Amino acid sequence: MSQPDLLQELALQREIEQFVYREARLQDSHEYDAWEALWTDDGMYWIPANGDDIDPEVQMSIIYDNRSRIALRIKQLHTGKRHTQIPRSRLCRVVSNVELLEHRDDEYKVGANAMIFESNARGDTVWSARNEYLLRRGKQGLRMVRKKVMLSNNDKPLYTLSFLV
Amino acid sequence: MATATATEMVRADRVHGALYSDQTIFQAELEKIWYRTWVYVGHASELPNVNDFIMKSIGPQQVLMTRDKNGEIHLLLNRCAHRGNQLCMEQKGNRSSFTCPYHGWTFANTGQLRGFPFATGYDGVDKSQLGLGEVPRVAQYRGFVFGSFAAEGPSLEEHLGAAAQAIDRLCETSPAGEVEITAGFLQHRAKSNWKFLVENETDGYHPQFVHASIFSVAKSGIGELYGPNSTAVTRDLGNGHTENDLRPEFRRIGKPLSWFGTSAERLPEYVARMHAAYGEDQARQIMIDGTPHVMIFPNLFIAEIQIFVIQAVAHDETIQHVTALQFKDAPDLNRRLRQQTMGSVGPAGFLLADDAEMYERTQRGVTNARRPEWNYLGRGLHRERRDADGFLIGDATDEVTSRGIWRHYRALMEAA
Repeated sequence: MSQPDLLQELALQREIEQFVYREARLQDSHEYDAWEALWTDDGMYWIPANGDDIDPEVQMSIIYDNRSRIALRIKQLHTGKRHTQIPRSRLCRVVSNVELLEHRDDEYKVGANAMIFESNARGDTVWSARNEYLLRRGKQGLRMVRKKVMLSNNDKPLYTLSFLV
Repeated sequence: MATATATEMVRADRVHGALYSDQTIFQAELEKIWYRTWVYVGHASELPNVNDFIMKSIGPQQVLMTRDKNGEIHLLLNRCAHRGNQLCMEQKGNRSSFTCPYHGWTFANTGQLRGFPFATGYDGVDKSQLGLGEVPRVAQYRGFVFGSFAAEGPSLEEHLGAAAQAIDRLCETSPAGEVEITAGFLQHRAKSNWKFLVENETDGYHPQFVHASIFSVAKSGIGELYGPNSTAVTRDLGNGHTENDLRPEFRRIGKPLSWFGTSAERLPEYVARMHAAYGEDQARQIMIDGTPHVMIFPNLFIAEIQIFVIQAVAHDETIQHVTALQFKDAPDLNRRLRQQTMGSVGPAGFLLADDAEMYERTQRGVTNARRPEWNYLGRGLHRERRDADGFLIGDATDEVTSRGIWRHYRALMEAA
């Protein structure tokens, strides 16, 4: 690989990582509007249940939000009456193993792992997930077209999951 | 719990907080309720083919629901009859027999022991005495499969009583008259006693407060059904079964499918099939009335567009298994049912995440604060009345339902 190519690749990897870390920080700090602004107009936010490869059009998912439902989720959090987030969960997540899996035109498929520590009135809960993103480059840089969160325990009974994961 | 304690702790207008927080009471409930009365386990449509099986539960116990080669449904306990190993580790599948990986004993999906390896070591042993544990009574009502650990007792029809008509109404929502449970279950866990969930399911008082956030941003119309001016009624159907009967409101509105927040124009295929199946007049009435909102004691909650199966695990731990209702021959309706169910229920649901928050807070309240000792359930006691069928009813937000649940609970706990 030539030096310019290597630099370009490193720059892209860094740009993607910075995007993923920014998303994680906005989620941890409950900056709902800034998080919502990371989505494209055709965004799809998906947390499957009972396995990672179910058909969300046929089987139940924990979250299967199109763009308007993402907006509704954010609106609900803003009402001040979303009891399960009053007080808000204290969150601290580590995102790692950020890897560019595929690149086609202006779209990037990215994989990452996340460990999330949640502290709320019930107690302390650790969540673990494999995340897959489809990012698209537009005028404002990278945006999320799709985020799939594959919880390691999505086949088991789960406590309420009302923060942005 | 001693019989005297149940009698003492459940009063006409209040119940004692220890009923939710005491571990010994929970153990007594397992014996007197969960392992005795009829408990909902699964739906026949979850086993479409012979030799299908699916893992279910009755309280903390895993129960394997199987369909044998003759089509009959069995409820088997997941424990090898040899040394107690968990026999099946799959959630569902298709097999005529189950082989224990520990020593190779093999059981038919009827529970009978088929054979053991190196059989000469068991000379003279009677295999018929070494079958799997099973739930002795299994019965269905319109595909809803219930089990009872009591070898004798009231029949399922006697147990369901008037609640059977709610299931009939539910099935009528399908042009083919059948419910199908095919979308898989979300499993939502709460650090709370199971009875807080049962009570909440037909509590018409909480929605405007617990669900204020989603009602204020989504135009659902649900909130109005549970207001002080609603014509809906709360009803005690007997045997612990209760309902919020929303039909008076839907009839007042008088528009088919308003119960589902949609209209006939948006689901033309479904409406056409309903007309063909029931005739225009009856179909119109079914589509105006909507599906029931009924809590069948102790663990099946039919909530208009989904079913919840409540699993009591410990005095302070309960799992709600929830899935979208699907109606045979109604694909366009079913798609919307799945979408709405995914939005509203489960761990991240617009509605249920807040319900679960209240379950957990009430559990902490009765556990950590010792005064007042009682939860007050007297709302609407002064205006309780009998309907034309003789059932106790109240206004939309009255606690007729909770009182009905506890009356039955007390009778079960007092029984010898």
